[in-house]
Amino acid sequence: MVEIKTIYKKFGKLEVLKGLDLSINKGGIFVILGPNGSGKTTLIKCILGMVLPDKGDILINNKSILKEWHYRSKLNYMPQIANFPKNITVNELINMIKDIRSQPSCEANLIKLFELTPYLNKKLGTLSGGTKQKVNIVLSFMFNSDLIILDEPTTGLDPISLLSFKKLLFSEKENGKTILLTTHIMSLVEEIADEIVFLLDGKIYFKGTVTQLKEITFQDNLEQAIASILRKENINN
Amino acid sequence: MFKIFKYSFYDLMRSRWSYVYFLFYFVLGFALLFLNNDVSKTIITLMNIIIVLTPLIGTIFGIMYLYDSKEFIELLLAQPLKRTTIFLGQYLGVAVSLSLSLILGLGIPFLIYGLLQSEAIFNFLLLLISGTFLTFIFVALSYIIGLKNENKIKGFGFAILLWLFLAVVYDGIFLILMIVFNEYPLDKFALIGILMNPIDLSRTLIILKLDISALLGYTGAVFQQFFGNTLGIFIAILVLLFWIIMPVWRIISVSQRKDF
Repeated sequence: MVEIKTIYKKFGKLEVLKGLDLSINKGGIFVILGPNGSGKTTLIKCILGMVLPDKGDILINNKSILKEWHYRSKLNYMPQIANFPKNITVNELINMIKDIRSQPSCEANLIKLFELTPYLNKKLGTLSGGTKQKVNIVLSFMFNSDLIILDEPTTGLDPISLLSFKKLLFSEKENGKTILLTTHIMSLVEEIADEIVFLLDGKIYFKGTVTQLKEITFQDNLEQAIASILRKENINN
Repeated sequence: MFKIFKYSFYDLMRSRWSYVYFLFYFVLGFALLFLNNDVSKTIITLMNIIIVLTPLIGTIFGIMYLYDSKEFIELLLAQPLKRTTIFLGQYLGVAVSLSLSLILGLGIPFLIYGLLQSEAIFNFLLLLISGTFLTFIFVALSYIIGLKNENKIKGFGFAILLWLFLAVVYDGIFLILMIVFNEYPLDKFALIGILMNPIDLSRTLIILKLDISALLGYTGAVFQQFFGNTLGIFIAILVLLFWIIMPVWRIISVSQRKDF
């Protein structure tokens, strides 16, 4: 589905991605893990075409996406921080995105699921962080796309919304979607991840299932397993 | 591109500043018309204001809107849209809404005053065309500066400096050079110097069209010869168009290489 071929990216003097290779198969939930500043968001933005890699290639369905834009009609993205234009209402925003994409959408169910109806005519600038995040979820799930990319989707969600969100993730997975997400919440990872990709220092350090990661680090707890990798790396450096 | 243009345009049309800008010209037009009591004289006064003000407002509005819509741009970049579509759509939204404020703000008072019966109608049209050209040029220039500078304060500073340079400093340097080298034949140099600056070019164009070039002395005669005939005006408009196309082309190339 997604194939990343040795991409490099430098911001000024800071090397963020150093020859990263990754291939993601169709269907399932893939979680990208890694410490802060390991290049998770940069990697995601490369797939989206927002950040242009210095070297390497990215293929989606066997087609290079560099300098392309049509492929984004088969892709949904949810940014890390819900930054929206402040002076328009939730409804206007949803309609605008619908108008721009001109694809069939199913926002009504999502609005009901996340109880957003009372906020529909409120301006986005006046909404709380959690409510904005829910709007963000609606926007990124209302189109039927094969690939869904979520950057820290659970930030600011209350327990009830988190449950609805997980339900939504599983139902999308049942429909055969490929979901790519980053998070720092390990309990969530253990619950949802089919496969994890551990990013360290601009490269893939580990790719496999949660059980495999626990086995190679000799830990029975995911949090401990990740911590042991990071400690080992610190000693090596 | 039309969709992005539409949203940016509506967004700006709903903003208070578009109305302030429109009302400013509206009131100014009426006030000057009733004070001067003459269409031609009013056009001269307005020219001095427009030549400086449209570039300033275009610069400030352009860069403010770009920085203000950072979130909107990020949202759009994840949609199936070309980068060119996003940035050109926005650019046109800003430039067209500002030009509309200018055209309606001045057009309504002049029409009410009886522009259509006046002989100065072509001069007035030239005034509006120059103002529109300057708006398009300076919004584009400020967009380039905004795209190249992530730091808002720095970008804003550069944009204002650019305006200051083209509106004030350039003329100063130009005059000093003319005085220092006044023993040499300077007509060609002066002509090129004027073509290089869109503000000077618009000013000269209007002055010559208004037939007050006698004020310009000897060099005025040279300009009259150049701008007075159809070819001169044609070249002047072509250069102004070039002043829009170059920055717009730059917006496209800068936006295509930028990381967001």
